[in-house]
Amino acid sequence: MKRRGILYFAGVLLLLTGVGWMQSWNVAFGILNMCLISAIMALGVNIQWGYAGLFNAGIMGFVALGGLSAVLVSVMPVREAWAIGGGGMAASLLVLAVTVGAIFFIRKRLSSPFRFWAVVLVSLAGFLVMRSLYLPAAELIESINPAQTGFLGGFGLPIIFSWMIGGAVAAGAAWLIGKLSLGLRADYLAIATLGISEIIIAIIKYEEWLTRGVKNVTGLPRPVPYEVDLVEAGWLLDLSQYLGTGLTETASLLVKICYFLLFLGVLAIIMTLSERALKSPWGRMMRAIRDNRDAASAMGKDVTSRHLQAFVLGCAVCGIAGAMLVTLDGQLVPASYFPLRYTFLIWVMVILGGSGNNWGAVLGGCIIWFLWIEAEPLGYWLVHAITFPLEDGYWLKQHLVDNAAQTRLILMGAILLIVMRFAPKGLIPER
Amino acid sequence: MDILNAVVLFGNFVIIPATTYGAQLALGALGITLVFSILRFANFAHGELMSFGAMLTLFLTWYFQDAGIHAGPLPTVLLALPAGILGAIAMALVTERTVYRFYRSQKANSITLAIVSVGVMFVMAGLIRFMIGPDEHVMSDGARFLFKASEFRQATGLREGLAIKTSQVITVGVAVLMVAALFWFLHKTRTGKAMRALSDNPDLALLSGINPDRIVAVTWALTAVLAAVGGALYGLDKTYKPFVFMQLLLPIFASAIVGGIGQPVGAILGGFVIAYSEVILTYAYKKFLTYLVPESWAPEGLVQLLSTDYKFAVSFIILVVVLLIRPTGIIRGKVL
Repeated sequence: MKRRGILYFAGVLLLLTGVGWMQSWNVAFGILNMCLISAIMALGVNIQWGYAGLFNAGIMGFVALGGLSAVLVSVMPVREAWAIGGGGMAASLLVLAVTVGAIFFIRKRLSSPFRFWAVVLVSLAGFLVMRSLYLPAAELIESINPAQTGFLGGFGLPIIFSWMIGGAVAAGAAWLIGKLSLGLRADYLAIATLGISEIIIAIIKYEEWLTRGVKNVTGLPRPVPYEVDLVEAGWLLDLSQYLGTGLTETASLLVKICYFLLFLGVLAIIMTLSERALKSPWGRMMRAIRDNRDAASAMGKDVTSRHLQAFVLGCAVCGIAGAMLVTLDGQLVPASYFPLRYTFLIWVMVILGGSGNNWGAVLGGCIIWFLWIEAEPLGYWLVHAITFPLEDGYWLKQHLVDNAAQTRLILMGAILLIVMRFAPKGLIPER
Repeated sequence: MDILNAVVLFGNFVIIPATTYGAQLALGALGITLVFSILRFANFAHGELMSFGAMLTLFLTWYFQDAGIHAGPLPTVLLALPAGILGAIAMALVTERTVYRFYRSQKANSITLAIVSVGVMFVMAGLIRFMIGPDEHVMSDGARFLFKASEFRQATGLREGLAIKTSQVITVGVAVLMVAALFWFLHKTRTGKAMRALSDNPDLALLSGINPDRIVAVTWALTAVLAAVGGALYGLDKTYKPFVFMQLLLPIFASAIVGGIGQPVGAILGGFVIAYSEVILTYAYKKFLTYLVPESWAPEGLVQLLSTDYKFAVSFIILVVVLLIRPTGIIRGKVL
C-alpha cells in the first residue's frame, strides 16, 4: 500500500516536471504552490470528514475568513477612519455583544410563556440600537478616501502572522457555528454549513468598512522578496546568465520557489500534527465514533464535544490555507468565492485521495488542482480534435471552442462519481 | 394620512414581487421535498436540473422566434416549455438509471447520496455551461405588462402606480396549476397513493407489493417537471443565467426545510415565508411610512431593516435559525 502511494506522488511530480519542460517552470511552480494550498485545505476537510464523518459544506466560509485575516493583519491601519468612525463601530459591536448576552440570559432564566416574546423583543431592540450606531459609523469610514482606502485597514503586521491568526479566527467561528449546528443530522449539517458560509461571504462582500467589499484590497505586503528588488540584485544577473533564462523570468521563478518553501514548511507541520493526532488514542476514538456512534457513546465517549473538536480543528486548517491563498495572490477578492470552487472542489480532492488518510488528502489536493488547471488546455485540445472536420468560423465550432473551459466542471463531477462508485475508499485507502 | 397610496405602494414593491418569487421557490422546494421523501437524501443537483430545463426551453424559444412562431401577447417560452420539461425528465431518469440506482441497491446512507448528488451537480453544471455558455440571456418576449404603473395611475387617480408584469401573472398561474395537479396526483391516483405510502413506511409499502423502481422513476419525473417549470418561470421573470441556479439552491433548500421537509404543503408554505421575508426585510419603508404618518413625523432615513445586498442572506439566516430552533419545520416534517 505504501509503495502505491509513493508511486502516485511520483506520478504527480512527473506531471509537474512535464509542465515545466513543455510550458514553463514558472507555470509548473505556480501550479505546485496552489497544489500545496489545496492539499492543506484537503487536510482540514479530512480531519472533519475522514476522522469524524462530518459533512461540512461550508469550507468556503472558513477559507474566506482566513483570507480576511490576511488583510486585517497586514494592511496598515487607516488612522483617519479609526478616528472618525472607530468609536461608533466599537459601540455598535458592544451593543451586539450585550444583546447576544441578554438573549442567552433570557433563554436560561425566564420560563416558557414569556421567553419567546422576550427574546424577540430584546433582539429587535438590540438590532435597532446597533443599526443606529453602525450606519453613520460605516458611512463615515467609507467616505475617507474611498478610491484608495474607505475602510478601517488592519494592524500593519507582517503578513505571515496572518497564517496563524487566520487559523485562529476560523477556529473561533467554527466553534460558534459547531456549537449551534453539530446536533443536526448529517445532511442537515451540510445544508446549514452551506448557508452559513454564504452568510460569511455576504458579510465580507458587502461590509465595505471592514473589507472594502467588491472594491477589493490589493497590493498586500509579501513575506518574500519582490521581483523588482531581485532584478536589481547583481547575483540574479549571474544566476540568470548561468541558467540561460530571462532576468524577469528568473526573478519570478525565484519568488515562486520562496513561496513553495514556505508552503511546504506549513504543509509539513500540519501533516505531522494530523498524522500524530490520527495515530494517537484521540484519533482512534474519533474513528470509533465515526464508525459506530452509538457504541462509542455507550462506551462513555462524549460524541458531540468530540465532533466539535474535529470541526474546529478542520476549520482552523482551512483558515490557515485561506490566509496563505490570499498571501500568494496578494489581494482579497470577495466576489471570487464560489462554493463550487472553494467547497465542493475540496470535497472532490478528499474523496479522490482517500477519506481518512492524510497522505490521500494531500495527493487528492495535488491531483485535482493539477487537473483543474490543466483541464482548460486539455479541453481546448479535445474540442479542437472533435470539431476538426468542421471548418473554422462555423458557429457550432466557435461555440464549442468558446465554452471548452467548462469541460473541467464535467471532469470534476465525473471523477467524483467514478470514485464514489468504483473506489469509494479513494486512491490511498485509510489504514 | 393616505392609506390607499400606501397600500398600493406596498403591493407594488412587496406583495407582487414576493408572491412571484415565492411561487418560483415553492416549485423548486416541492422537487427537493419529493426527492427527500421518497429517496431520502438532500439533492444538491436540483438547482442544476432547474437550470437544465430552463436552458432547453430557451433553446427551443430561440428556434421558435427565428421561425416566426409566436404565442401572441404571451411569451414564446410557454410554447417551448413542454420540450424543456421532457428534456428535464429524460435527464433525471438518465441520472437515476446511471448514478443513483446503484446506491439504492447498496442501501447507501443519505450522506453518500448527497455527496453523489454533488458529483451530478458538477457534471450538469459543466454540461449546461458547455452548451449555452456562462452568459446571461433574456427569456421574455410578447407583452411585457398586463397593465403599467402609468395606466394604473390614470385609471385610479392615485399617486402611486401598480404594475403587473405578464411574467408575474404567468408565474403565479402556472405555479397554482402545477401544485393543484401535483396534489391531485398524490391524493387521487394509485401511483400517487403508492408514493405517499412508500414515503410514509417503506417496509410496509414494499410488503404490499409496490414496485419501488417504478415509484422512484415517477418521483424523478415529477421532480423534473417541477424543476423545469420552476427554472423556466424564474428565467422568464428575471433572466436566464447558469450560475444563478447555484445561488438559488440555498433559498430552495431553506424553503423545503422551513416548511417541513417531506411535506409538500410545507414546501409551498416555506417558499412564501422565505420570499416574503427576503422582500419585507430588505424593503425601504421611507415612502410607505411617509404616506401613513403626519408630515412632521416623516422618517429621514430609508427605514430599511437590512440593505438589499443581504437579500439572499436573509433566506440563509432563516434557514439556520429554523434548523437550530425547530429542525422539523413549520409543518412537522418526517425527519430527525
